[in-house]
Amino acid sequence: MQIKVRLFATLREGRGKELSKDYPEGISPGGVIQDLEIPEEEVAILLVNGRDGRLDQVLEEGDTVSIFPPVGGG
Amino acid sequence: MYGYHGKYLRINLTEGTVKVEKLDLDLAKKWIGGRGLGTKFFVDEVDPKVDALSPENKLIAVTGPMTGTTAPTGGRYMVVTKSPLTGTIASSNSGGYWGAELKFAGYDMIIVEGRSEKPVYVMIEDDKVEIRDASHVWGKVTSDATRTLMKEVPEKSRVMTIGPAGEKQSLMAAVMNEESRAAGRSGVGAVMGSKNLKAVTVRGTQKVAVSDEAGLKEVIKTCNTKIRENGVTGQGLPAYGTAVLVNIINENGAFPTNNFQSSQFATAEQISGELMAEKYLVKKDPCYRCPIACGRYTKVDDIEGGGPEYETIWAFGGDCGVDDMGAIIKANYWCNEMGLDTISTGTTIAAAMELKQKGLLDGEDLGGLPLEFGSAEAIVEWTKKIGMREGLGDKMADGSYRLCDAFGVPELSMSVKKQELPAYDPRGIQGQGLSYATSNRGGCHVRGYMISPEILGLPEKLDRFALEDKAPWTKIFQDFTAFIDSSGLCLFTSFAMGAPDYAALFNAIVGTDLDGNGVLEAGERIYNLERVFNLEAGITPSEDTLPKRLLEDAIAEGPSKGFVNELSKMLPEYYQLRGWGTDGVPSKERKDQLGV
Repeated sequence: MQIKVRLFATLREGRGKELSKDYPEGISPGGVIQDLEIPEEEVAILLVNGRDGRLDQVLEEGDTVSIFPPVGGG
Repeated sequence: MYGYHGKYLRINLTEGTVKVEKLDLDLAKKWIGGRGLGTKFFVDEVDPKVDALSPENKLIAVTGPMTGTTAPTGGRYMVVTKSPLTGTIASSNSGGYWGAELKFAGYDMIIVEGRSEKPVYVMIEDDKVEIRDASHVWGKVTSDATRTLMKEVPEKSRVMTIGPAGEKQSLMAAVMNEESRAAGRSGVGAVMGSKNLKAVTVRGTQKVAVSDEAGLKEVIKTCNTKIRENGVTGQGLPAYGTAVLVNIINENGAFPTNNFQSSQFATAEQISGELMAEKYLVKKDPCYRCPIACGRYTKVDDIEGGGPEYETIWAFGGDCGVDDMGAIIKANYWCNEMGLDTISTGTTIAAAMELKQKGLLDGEDLGGLPLEFGSAEAIVEWTKKIGMREGLGDKMADGSYRLCDAFGVPELSMSVKKQELPAYDPRGIQGQGLSYATSNRGGCHVRGYMISPEILGLPEKLDRFALEDKAPWTKIFQDFTAFIDSSGLCLFTSFAMGAPDYAALFNAIVGTDLDGNGVLEAGERIYNLERVFNLEAGITPSEDTLPKRLLEDAIAEGPSKGFVNELSKMLPEYYQLRGWGTDGVPSKERKDQLGV
């Protein structure tokens, strides 16, 4: 199934901004992060379709996963 | 005397006199410095009902005990006065180097009173203080005024000045220092302008004595390690500055767009921190002794300078529907030159764009300029018009509330207590809405930055749509912030440091035995003092609210779809936790407990 992955800040280096990838049924954001070789400690904010996501939740066809490293401001 | 010099300047512009006065050390320790100490002096000396633009209002520029020390980010100062925009107490914080230099000159603060008949500036060089004629710099933009004055004041001086907007008493005028640093909010620049005070230059050669030199070195080492190892202060802010938030807030569907008519901006990537770093960034532009260095220095065409910050990018970008980063950099540049608050200026243009969209501006002279959402030309040109009070810019210079009210639709002003809201839609971030509504200086994000727990997950992640626990978190953030704002450090240190760290710094510098709870209690004392002033100034608790749009119109699209801000479900608990009674008024018991 197709999952859209959006990456931000330093996570874009060597990976790009946005990927649309085919993943097997049952894939979780944790699986996507592993596939993209992103160290887990670099994942500070994880969103699925703009809502707070969990590493182990089951993704559905067409979901968008947004991943941010530790960033902030004001 | 440690941390404080124990003396300050009282400058009376009506009389043309300068006095050095002694600071009561016990009073200083109780009210810390900066926002707390400045507010205490102000409240004791000024009638809360004073007309903010009259000579009877005072303007206090005040440092904290950590300002000018070796503590990380210890360069900050506060401008405390009564705000002509909100009618509340105002305290606007600025970084750069001016605050530290005032400390080097041997003063904890300056109190400016009265009004000069002619434009003047104040030159401070250690013990030498002079009120000088400023007619040759009156009318000059910030950079020109700064560079002109630098030729006639001692070498290595730091210049705090207003631009044309402050001179013309725009209620959105800022006090600028080092050309691009701003005590931006609440119209403090208008108060300076009303006193005919163009600038204060300062040069000092003294050190700030600290109580425990060796102990302080150790505490600073610990704090610097925390700052370096924290992802936000050690990586995110140094690499991208605050602009990195554009994509985060937009992905959450809480990035107000077109004057809060929607909450996600389709082309946000075009104005993101990532794009700024790639295309426009020249260098970092850090403040005094800052290991974070979030400040940016950018260039587009023939324009270059400090900024823009996240808030600025949002105000001129998403909120005006503009996705042209070059134009935003130019609008930011003109805000610095005119001496304007970027949040209020951008959002007031956004409000004017909605007036135009709704057909309410028919017949107004727009001078041939566009005023449509999405117009890059509009954000640059209207910023200049506001700074010079030209055409419709004259009405806009008094902020979005007065502008929209003049057209019979005050509800189109996205403001709290007449001060424009910043860059987070509180329909999608519930606790931030409570923080906006109860901020003592009106619409503001840095009086209790609930974005930290609700979006960034610092120090822990809260559900941004949930209502439970938002009242206690908001209160703690507000009290904690009031202490940091008083200490002389930058609020951004709090991404990495906790209350015990600030207590340890304070103790090593001042020679006290404060703990983490003492930090929060001092902050709460300050918060209550501000509240009492506002009530006496006639700002009623009924103004602890949000614009109707945010309470009644659910977000139509995106990840925050279907939500309004549920303020009424959080506010009673908040009042209760503060000991303010159901009517929002601090009880006598609470005030006595805190020593307010």
